[in-house]
Amino acid sequence: MSTPALNDKGEQFDVRRLLTDERSRGIVLQLAVLLAVALVIAFITSNTLANLQRAGLASGFGFLDDTAFFDINQKLIDYTSQSTFGRALVVGFLNTILVSALGIIAATLIGFSAGVLRLSPNWLISRVVTAYVEFTRNVPVLLQIIFWWATLTALPKVRDSLSLGDAAFLNNRGIRLPAPIFEPGMEWVIGAAVVGIVAAVILGRWARKRQDQTGQIFPSGWAGLGLIIGLPLIVYFLLGQPLEWDVPVRKRFNFQGGFNITPELIALWLALATYTGAFISEIVRSGILSVSRGQSEAAFALGLRSNQTMRMIVIPQALRVIIPPLTSQYLNLTKNSSLAVAIGYQDLVSIGGTILFQSGQTLEVVGIWMAVYLSLSLLTSAYMNWYNKRIALVER
Amino acid sequence: MKAKLLTGAIAAAGLMAISATANTAHAGTLDDVRAAGELKCGINTGLPGFAFTDDKGNWTGFDVAYCRALAGAVLGDPDKVKWVNLTGKNRFPALTSGEIDVLSRNTTWTFSRDVDLGFTFVGVNYYDGQGFIGRTALDAKSARELDGASVCIQTGTTTELNLADFFRINKIDYEPVPIETNEEARKAYEAERCDVYTTDASGLAATRSTFPDADAHMVFPEIISKEPLGPLVRHGDDQWADVARWTLNALINAEELGVTQENVADLAKGSDNPEINRMLGSEGSLAEMLGLSTDWAVNAIRAEGNYSEIFERYLGTNTSLGISRGLNALWKDGGILYAPPMR
Repeated sequence: MSTPALNDKGEQFDVRRLLTDERSRGIVLQLAVLLAVALVIAFITSNTLANLQRAGLASGFGFLDDTAFFDINQKLIDYTSQSTFGRALVVGFLNTILVSALGIIAATLIGFSAGVLRLSPNWLISRVVTAYVEFTRNVPVLLQIIFWWATLTALPKVRDSLSLGDAAFLNNRGIRLPAPIFEPGMEWVIGAAVVGIVAAVILGRWARKRQDQTGQIFPSGWAGLGLIIGLPLIVYFLLGQPLEWDVPVRKRFNFQGGFNITPELIALWLALATYTGAFISEIVRSGILSVSRGQSEAAFALGLRSNQTMRMIVIPQALRVIIPPLTSQYLNLTKNSSLAVAIGYQDLVSIGGTILFQSGQTLEVVGIWMAVYLSLSLLTSAYMNWYNKRIALVER
Repeated sequence: MKAKLLTGAIAAAGLMAISATANTAHAGTLDDVRAAGELKCGINTGLPGFAFTDDKGNWTGFDVAYCRALAGAVLGDPDKVKWVNLTGKNRFPALTSGEIDVLSRNTTWTFSRDVDLGFTFVGVNYYDGQGFIGRTALDAKSARELDGASVCIQTGTTTELNLADFFRINKIDYEPVPIETNEEARKAYEAERCDVYTTDASGLAATRSTFPDADAHMVFPEIISKEPLGPLVRHGDDQWADVARWTLNALINAEELGVTQENVADLAKGSDNPEINRMLGSEGSLAEMLGLSTDWAVNAIRAEGNYSEIFERYLGTNTSLGISRGLNALWKDGGILYAPPMR
């Protein structure tokens, strides 16, 4: 004996009402969409698995422990052709991080300078910057990467290398620089540098506090710089210069010794930095323009100089507008670094591609790629969101 | 209630997916090709002699010729081919996923590709080996003297692995310069981004033939690996593998039996050689066993001629590549090319 179900209004349940009643219709439709999505996902998964099985392909990540058998030209950690696929992926990952980090730093410097300079009252400067921004922004970044690579490989050949004091050499295989060799005693110099940095930070805090209390300005920037450079320099000379240089020497084919920065890295770095820098400059410009003119007029009225006004009044307010879109530019730069494959810079995608081919583990490698780029992007956004909260307008 | 609904939905979805895959389980590549009316053939993105475009924009070359012969055997028309250009890296996923029916792209037959990657190599149509090309002005006349050199390599190939092995065994250093395609590697080598370029010896001859100053470049004497190149198909479709294998064998046997593009039509009417008759269908029932029409071999040979004709047209001493038959001559001419008998 079942009583007909009643809904919350106490009315008798009626199947037809499912589609006529606005609320229940919404639920029914959402369930239908959910069902459709689940069906599609389940179909793709089971179809893929079935196909893999039929092709006799093993899935799983066991292949990461297999020997790689191929070489990599730029490696930040020890790697030989006898290392594993997993280690090769780490090498690629670090190369991606390297070019992204270098790119983000350079793009930020270029972007902020260009953004400020484009607002310069000087006609020539602002037009030159406008030309740079409009040009780089509107040419596909892949073409720019290839352009820089072609330019760099058109540099003099090894035998005609341009040299700087017979210590650094520039040719179409990159820049060869002397590598420092630390001798006993160098650890004290590095220690002194660390002490210098800490001292500079403390000095800066003290100076700010004193300015807050008394209004007197202490040139903490210059003093800090003196500490950071001066302190290790004194220790270095006191200990009798415990640093040797491994200077590159020209051999039969290439320079040996020192360390080499490949044209692939430089090309990718320049292209990503100038391309993203152009976008950042527009973001910076919009940020600065968003600060009402009254703010700087008020600062001038208080007697602040124009660079002080920019640094202390305009930029802090502009940052609130700048940071959120800046984050997405950083993410774009990191993701664009995967275009490295076009010029043979061995980043995560390039090495992953080789592993994919050597091991046949397509889905696993693609999965690793996606997971890595996703985590990099999420980490970057998390950091930028934290920074954004810190500088955001504190409302009381 | 909602949770139950969801689990139910997913279970239903799973069931549907399983039945769907069961329905699409392969009817066989041969039937698929017949139904589509065209053969999907994977070839190089461009390698002189092996796969290149002629002045009319049609793909042509040694690897291309095989697919045309296969299309002739299966569909009766060598022009019914859809060309899919593949790099060293994406050629295998293309074959695994069914984007192509056969891969004819100077691919080396190795253990792991045959066993682990799930492919079936149907034979060898070119016995090759990896070598190096460098400028004659270079201070090295042998690959063992390359200590400290920069070496351009195409990524995603066996050459990359052979190279690492070679330098490790000989305990010499080098800077690998990885490049995606043969064309880009050639440009990097020309710009002297690297001292030497390494790939299969046939590819080196092909690349050298495109240099305006070909005499300023030399192929080093060392051959550092065995590279048997041949067409391959997906593992698990034996009927299709048989068709692909015996099309290749027919081309090689045709050379041995003296069947050419010119005389194949006449010989198909019957000759006094029973081997020719069996192959061309006037005797026996080989075609039936293979599931093809009686004139399959006639059509295959008519496409571009027998093995010798194909070799001489695209790679031989009269072409800009100027490769002599060497290992690729018939067994009775001092080479190792040897096709099983057709009976």
